[in-house]
Amino acid sequence: MFAKTSLSVLRRKLIDRQISPTELVQECARRMQELNPALNAFISWDTERALQAAAQADMSLPLGGLPIAIKDNICCLGEPVRCASRMLDNFVTPYDATSVSNLRAAGAIPFGRTNMDEFAMGSAGKNSAYGVTRNPADEERVPGGSSSGSAAAVAAGMIPAALGSDTGGSVRQPASHCGVVGLKPTYGRISRYGLVAFASSLDQIGTLTSCVDDAALLLQSLCGHDAMDSTSSLKPVPNFSADLHGGVRGMRIGLPKEYVSSGNASEVQNALNAAMAALEAQGAEICEISLPHAEAAVASYYIIACAEASSNLARYDGVRYGYRASEVSNAPGDLYARSRTEGFGEEVKRRIILGTYVLSGGYYDAYYARAQRVRALVARDFTQAFESGVQLILGPVAPAPAPKLHATDMTPLQIYLEDIYTVPANLAGLPAISVPTPQSGLPVGVQLLAPHFEEARLLRAAATLEQSWK
Amino acid sequence: METPRIDVAYIAELAKLELSDEECSRFTHDLEQVLSYVAQLEQWDTRDVPPMYHPLEMYDALRDDIPGQSLSNKAALANAPQEVDGQFRVPKVVESAH
Repeated sequence: MFAKTSLSVLRRKLIDRQISPTELVQECARRMQELNPALNAFISWDTERALQAAAQADMSLPLGGLPIAIKDNICCLGEPVRCASRMLDNFVTPYDATSVSNLRAAGAIPFGRTNMDEFAMGSAGKNSAYGVTRNPADEERVPGGSSSGSAAAVAAGMIPAALGSDTGGSVRQPASHCGVVGLKPTYGRISRYGLVAFASSLDQIGTLTSCVDDAALLLQSLCGHDAMDSTSSLKPVPNFSADLHGGVRGMRIGLPKEYVSSGNASEVQNALNAAMAALEAQGAEICEISLPHAEAAVASYYIIACAEASSNLARYDGVRYGYRASEVSNAPGDLYARSRTEGFGEEVKRRIILGTYVLSGGYYDAYYARAQRVRALVARDFTQAFESGVQLILGPVAPAPAPKLHATDMTPLQIYLEDIYTVPANLAGLPAISVPTPQSGLPVGVQLLAPHFEEARLLRAAATLEQSWK
Repeated sequence: METPRIDVAYIAELAKLELSDEECSRFTHDLEQVLSYVAQLEQWDTRDVPPMYHPLEMYDALRDDIPGQSLSNKAALANAPQEVDGQFRVPKVVESAH
């Protein structure tokens, strides 16, 4: 009944009393029940709890009465946060993430825990202890990842919007594969308090929505400094919706020549061409730029991300919370090793081992410190591009549309290399967005990147693209 | 950089993970491939480039030291695999004599 209706339209209907928050929650619950057996986008949902919140919804608030799904690595008081891992199977969160308490303060109703790659490590939604998520556009294909369930749930109209997290593309890439809008704000824009840590210098909470207006609306309520996250920004938060439809006339948008690769699928190149044509038709100027260290991003990223993950995931030791192995000897360390071995899945173990290796004695300078220096070069490329006079950068999101679920298995390295276009924004801390393009076949998004804290400009160009394709 | 060799069994021990022989050989293969790829980082001249540990320049992000509320003992123990007398309980650990 309300499936695939935007937040702003739903909000209008709620205010005009055409629908009630209770009906809206019931409708979402009905869609979840109907579609989840096939898609597996949600690990769980608590309709009773959402209905209680709906009964008290305050429609005078900016997100009053609107249900928002939450990725399973973001804490909601009294609900499970499993990170799609056996390790946190029975964990019940004792506090709200700041992003979630901000949503509640804006009147929204957190509803449903979305499936994901375990501890956000993966790009296909296949590394979940709760089973794979399927792409609503083609159930034989993956939805992308790691925010696989959030993207699939919004694309299928099970929920109007969802939170995700983006460490190397985990909001933008599934958004592109499923045909929804995926926004990763500037590092520090949204507090990470209550987001289960993967790689702390790269992690950022983002949104998955059916349109750009909704991304702006949600971002507005999510931002702001938080005393619980010392890396959250003190920058003032502008009104992201104020100039959203101001257009791109006179804007200079850079297309990195390194991103126009022969390795891109034809659908991806077509999407880029369509975006260039649309932006030019609206009065923007597209100019070629260069990001000379673009090819170094994936190598730098995987060293840094795995190093930080090996440190962050050291806390799962079977002592204070999480999985504890039942049969352990009384030898020192056996409790840790048995619990970690039985609790973590394969990709998590692979990354912990890579991260432990690059941080271990004798290798730190060769790998970790070098990766941090190359990271500075990748970030400098962007600074120089923006200083040269381009206001935004346009590029692909992923080299190809969503692969088949049962495609011939790729090696871990081949899988990592697919992140080439998304990891640079995380290394440099830049805001970036994936916007769906008109397609006759599988969904394909294009990506826009902006300088730090210029989300308003980013959203404006994204809204222009969306409008010109309506 | 030479062709990287990774002693996965030793690294797994450091990371407190137990791997089967089959996992060990699979991870060795996967990670050596990854390490050969990341060896390309050598090609970039980084002599005058300081390491970038953080995406934004932020300093002195300290709050005033004012006591505030935190989790209650009960809430902090609610997810404990085992608890006793308001504390975490763990199995007995005995270091063997060398």
